[in-house]
Amino acid sequence: MRIATPGRVDVAFSGSIAGSSIDTQFSVPAKGVTAIFGPPGCGKTTLARCIAGLEPLPNGFCAIDGEVWQDRTTFRPPHLRPIGYVFQEPSLFSHLSVRRNLLYGAPKPKPTPIAFDEVVELLQIAPLLDRSPSHLSGGERQRVAIGRALLSQPRLLVMDEPLGALDACARREILSFIERLPEKLALPMIYIGHDMAEIERLADYLVMMERGVVTAAGPLHVLQRDPAQLAASREAAVSPDAVVSGYDGRYGLLILRLKGARLLVPAPPFAPGAHQRLRIAASDVSVAREAPRAGSMINVFPARIRACLPLGAAEITLVLALGTGGSGTEILARITRFSFDSLGLKDGMDVFAQLKHVSLLSASEPPLQIVTPSTPAADPDQASAAA
Amino acid sequence: MDGFSPELWESLRLTIELASLTTVILLMLGTPLAWWIARSKSLWAEAVATIIALPLVLPPTVLGFYLLALLGPNGLGGLLASLWGGATLAFTFAGLVVGSVLSALPLVVQPIRNAFAAMGNRPLEVAATLRASPLCAFFTVALPLARTGVLTGAIIGFAHTIGTFGIVLMIGGNIPGRTKVLSAYLFDYVQTSRWREASWLAGAMVIFAFAVILTLSLIDKYSGRRST
Repeated sequence: MRIATPGRVDVAFSGSIAGSSIDTQFSVPAKGVTAIFGPPGCGKTTLARCIAGLEPLPNGFCAIDGEVWQDRTTFRPPHLRPIGYVFQEPSLFSHLSVRRNLLYGAPKPKPTPIAFDEVVELLQIAPLLDRSPSHLSGGERQRVAIGRALLSQPRLLVMDEPLGALDACARREILSFIERLPEKLALPMIYIGHDMAEIERLADYLVMMERGVVTAAGPLHVLQRDPAQLAASREAAVSPDAVVSGYDGRYGLLILRLKGARLLVPAPPFAPGAHQRLRIAASDVSVAREAPRAGSMINVFPARIRACLPLGAAEITLVLALGTGGSGTEILARITRFSFDSLGLKDGMDVFAQLKHVSLLSASEPPLQIVTPSTPAADPDQASAAA
Repeated sequence: MDGFSPELWESLRLTIELASLTTVILLMLGTPLAWWIARSKSLWAEAVATIIALPLVLPPTVLGFYLLALLGPNGLGGLLASLWGGATLAFTFAGLVVGSVLSALPLVVQPIRNAFAAMGNRPLEVAATLRASPLCAFFTVALPLARTGVLTGAIIGFAHTIGTFGIVLMIGGNIPGRTKVLSAYLFDYVQTSRWREASWLAGAMVIFAFAVILTLSLIDKYSGRRST
């Protein structure tokens, strides 16, 4: 018998719905963003619909922060679950104005934890309020749909591929809005997607699915360097959160601190102390036995080899712990088996990690940008660096 | 217009009264029925939809015959009428309303059912995730979204009742002031060779029918443009 745990999202559903079967069980903290990741058609949406109560599966279990929504004896119908659900298509009510769409699920007594003005400001929908949904662009509609879900004062926000029906431009725009939600609102979120690039930017926790089954669940950074999970893939990368510690105005370099490393990345200035998510791809990291004396790379750090994972016949992915003695952040490096053998590398060896390229994924305090509905501004979050 | 007796105006009032009352009942009965048929997956829904559709293909005399039996002194109607001291519902205004409702029901249910089916499940799911109970979602989301279908159904129901004849003759009994509606009047004019009056009345009803169908087309076109 499963029990509800305060501070956690506990979910277990198994069974078959409309011909496709799922067997899912996971438990993640009820804070931050949990991404459910898997190829299209693997049952992610079915799982989300089960959480919302839209697919009544017997024998399911769902408890959010200690509150049981469903177990052997209880089944709360969808309208009695304090959930905010963002569908892939915005699905605004076409007979209501944007304002009345936003207020549809808002409780009537005025003072609410998530206030109307705050949401309008956060999603920049003030100019749209009195329009009809039929006169909005796809990105604008999805922003209103997110705002509408937030104003229903949920205890859990579920977003089912909210970018799925949008073009590339609108995707970037919405993604930067979604990125800002977790720091403005203390609300656990479940983000469903099949694009690892989105998930690397947003997620704190990751639930991986394949053919209806949850194959792994845990903190994103743990699964990223887990040999059995993401580290084994060709696109392996880590996305650690760094702290801005300064700016070198002469060369236009942002100084970022990771555990065991101090990175220099060409980027616009950010306020010191701000958190900044990075992306370091395994293919952008190489290793050397000795500190290179003269070279163009500026991000070279001592590191210790924590693990060696063969990738195909010719390559090897190394898990490297940055810092002398290997006590810092772990990153991945992809090298050829030829280099591995000729350098005589082995587990536990101290080496130097050379980072060719570090991408800045998101910023908690982005530089002032006005994202207007019709002309989305150049994306500040894609700033990337080559040394 | 000297040829028109006050009885004709009486008949016009009666016709409009009948059509209005019938329309109100049709909407109250037809809307939930259309909702159930559109959303139920059970075979019963199709069976009920088929029964509702029967008056479309049966001659009005068949429906009239069964209604006479049902509403007459030995039927349910007689039982009902005895509650207020009557003997029968046949040849009464109430009987006429029952007959009109049944014969127009398929025409009213169809557009409303289509409107409910066209919106799909999604708006109701969205409403549910926004804490709307099923009843609240029906009134605040489903019904407003299906308003074109409901309006179409109401207009068709009203117009069809104005133009109904066979069923009126079968169960109305053509009693002036009580069951003698316009279409029956026209029949009388023709029977008594009052061609002038007949042509006036027939012409007026043609214009009315034209206006109704034109209105329906405009509603269809207008709402079609709105949704794109």
